[in-house]
Amino acid sequence: MRITLEVWRQPSAQAPGDFVTYVVDDATPEMSMPELLDRLNDQIVEAGGEPVAFESDCREGICGCCGITVDDRPHGPVANTPTCQQHLRNFSDGDVVRLEPFRSAAFPVVKDLVVDRSALDRVVRGGGFVSVDTGTAPDAEDRQITFRRAEKALDFAACIGCGACVAACPNGAAHLFSGALLTHFSTLPQGRPERSRRARGVVKAVEAEFGPCSTYGECVEVCPAGIPLAAVAAVNKEMMRAAWRRGSDD
Amino acid sequence: MTILDIPRAEPPLDGHTPDGDPATAWHRAKLHYKQVSPLNRRKFTIVVVGTGLAGSGAAAALGELGFNVVAYTFHDAARRAHSVAAQGGINAARGRKVDGDSLDRFVKDTVKGGDFRAREADVFRLAEESVRVIDHMDAIGAPFAREYGGQLRTRSFGGVQVSRTYYTRGQTGQQLQVAAARTLQRQVAAGTVELRTHREVLDLVVTDGRVRGVVARDLRTGAIEVQAAHAVVLATGGYGKAFFHSTLAHNSNVSAAWRAHRRGALFASPSYLQFHPTALPVSSQWQSKTTLMSESLRNDGRIWVPKKAGDDRPANDIPEEERDYYLERKYPAYGNLAPRDISSRAAREQIEAGHGVGPLKNSVYLDFRDAIQRLGKKIIEQRYGNLFEMYADCTGEDPYTVPMRIAPGAHFSMGGLWSDYDMQTSIEGLFVGGEAGWGYHGANRLGANSLLSACVDGMFTLPHTIPNYLAGHLNEPLLADDDPAVTQTVADATGRLEALLAVGGKTGSDRFHRELGEILYRGCGVARSKGGLAQAIDEIRDLRHRFWSDLRVPGTGRELNQELEKAGRVADYLELAELMCVDAYDRDESCGAHFRVDHQTRDGEALRDDRNWCFVSAWEHTPGPLGQPGMPVRHHEPLTFAAVPLQTRNYQ
Repeated sequence: MRITLEVWRQPSAQAPGDFVTYVVDDATPEMSMPELLDRLNDQIVEAGGEPVAFESDCREGICGCCGITVDDRPHGPVANTPTCQQHLRNFSDGDVVRLEPFRSAAFPVVKDLVVDRSALDRVVRGGGFVSVDTGTAPDAEDRQITFRRAEKALDFAACIGCGACVAACPNGAAHLFSGALLTHFSTLPQGRPERSRRARGVVKAVEAEFGPCSTYGECVEVCPAGIPLAAVAAVNKEMMRAAWRRGSDD
Repeated sequence: MTILDIPRAEPPLDGHTPDGDPATAWHRAKLHYKQVSPLNRRKFTIVVVGTGLAGSGAAAALGELGFNVVAYTFHDAARRAHSVAAQGGINAARGRKVDGDSLDRFVKDTVKGGDFRAREADVFRLAEESVRVIDHMDAIGAPFAREYGGQLRTRSFGGVQVSRTYYTRGQTGQQLQVAAARTLQRQVAAGTVELRTHREVLDLVVTDGRVRGVVARDLRTGAIEVQAAHAVVLATGGYGKAFFHSTLAHNSNVSAAWRAHRRGALFASPSYLQFHPTALPVSSQWQSKTTLMSESLRNDGRIWVPKKAGDDRPANDIPEEERDYYLERKYPAYGNLAPRDISSRAAREQIEAGHGVGPLKNSVYLDFRDAIQRLGKKIIEQRYGNLFEMYADCTGEDPYTVPMRIAPGAHFSMGGLWSDYDMQTSIEGLFVGGEAGWGYHGANRLGANSLLSACVDGMFTLPHTIPNYLAGHLNEPLLADDDPAVTQTVADATGRLEALLAVGGKTGSDRFHRELGEILYRGCGVARSKGGLAQAIDEIRDLRHRFWSDLRVPGTGRELNQELEKAGRVADYLELAELMCVDAYDRDESCGAHFRVDHQTRDGEALRDDRNWCFVSAWEHTPGPLGQPGMPVRHHEPLTFAAVPLQTRNYQ
């Protein structure tokens, strides 16, 4: 396959960026998007140029590292699929494909296709955890959790933290990410003792760095973990609940 | 012949295992460990390298105790560490069911599974603490699978006949890793842990055999930074990526561990590298890895090949009587759940005998037809849904209607930095946790023991053994930044980066890495021979020579430079690869994943030699010119088995 790539090149956060056109002549349908970039970079290095910086690690759609915008769509054309699982079999010979970084005010570009997603971690630090010290946990069998409840928690816990939801959102909101976090914990009994406290901390961090949600739902279409739209609603719900609970932690 | 003489050191290494019954060793060790009082803890700085389950767990637990912790990860977020990908499950010796499981059976399965090349007392500790691991992970929010009645649900894995694996669908590693990374963030928010992301540890400051700090590179700016420490934990994962095509994440590497080895830490059993039987086969030239399908699939999937060699009919056109369910035939007691080394070897045999399937004839079938007929598609979806999706994503085939194709792929490293019972390496104050270490798995790791060992090390072992070490160093200041040992180490680390940038050749490091992988698969793969290993050593030395004369690293060291990162890692793999082959060449027996064709039974099973080889080899680095280390020196630690007597493994 012959694929023409228009790749966003930006040497550093401060420097201006632009699209540069490259051609990969020997692409194959089995190639994933990062493999196509591997091939391109091999070509660039051979020719004495500077390869395209991009992030990817597990290449199994689990680590959440990869994440670029392909033809204006975070991750690529196949819905709910991470960049590393977007394969060229979904493109045609001769296609022109545009690759650029996740675009969002909260994710400044570091270099080429690499962005800084540390704002997501600051949301977690706002309270997205359970405060139990190592070794102090009760017997997990003493806490009965129904099959359905565990499955529901897992539906939300599946978030891989890639940030595509933020990049897809016209407002740059992180409600799918933070709503998944809050719902995961509020569904499980172990997350209840500090449910309100968590909601306040997480929402404060979200509001500090991300845009407001307008429930467009673009986030859901690109989410590789299939996080349901209910997560978005949960952010306000958890916040309202916390407000009703006044100063209490749970 | 490449290897004439391997230097051997005497006397044997002391693993500092408490004397007496290994079953109670941990209990006694904890009783005798020295303590650091809560008020003194904040005076100590501990560096933890890596934020996978072992690293996050250790950093968080030590932070909770009140130590001053600095955690390093080369990722942009702690959650991305490769523990995230161990999806199948986590074992625990809780023995709640009436299927005959117990702590002792866990130990027996693990020691036997590892072909008696693990340290028995370490395995007991692993089993004992496994109970608390499940409780802790559940408490911090890992949504473990539950029964309809609300209790924890389990399944079984290869090499065992009980059901002791706890799981969260096909996302166990992900859920545990994310939970552990969040407890780490909790400590960051509390101010006890400083988390430094996108940093790569390049070297260790060692004076008088004792570690005093690390030298790291900020991957985004290229800045070199020094962090002095009273103790350092390397929780940096395994080195399977040396094979290039492996189930490991792309950036997984051996560098921090290898640099520690160069500074004097012994490297144990480098040749023990597990080939996972259910990896996806390599199908194209630019393929970057072999994706792993969880071993849990073997609970319901049946493995087969066509009886007739070269049969290239589509799988569904091959009638039942023309299929060879070779694992069920050869190992009736364990069948498709035979341990990984045995399943991998059996697959390789079939493929080499011409029964391989798929376009490149390099795989075997993993078929869910019968399970779907028996249980219905819905149940299979519930059990393995995301794995099936992943398979479909990777291959474009629907595994619900066409059998999956799988092949052995380089996976988990059972070898790693040698450490004593306290997880301390041969460098004082340098501790190791998780896959970067060596103790539990012997020559073959059982499925679902990897997440467990990382959790136990990080959360329940190191928080005991590190204070024990630190208690002897109260009120000692950190090494100053202008100490000659620090400046020398910084100079060494920068010199190495500059050397890579200055080669000025034409070839990118990935090409060397791919070639190294081919050499290793051929020479040091599922089956090894003396001649093949000697040849591999020659080829590796030659490749290393070409690397250092024809490498091209574009750009500079003062920016985000992924080619420079890769080159540094490949340079280390090129050195490690030789040590792997030397170890495999030296170990004149077969055991677990180390299968030497000159040591097999008449049925083609591994033939161990306990009289001569019941020990772990731990290699000492011998310096040499750039890229050409000298012949390593072999130390050894004898292994004794009190609770699980030495016996021939038999899974029939």
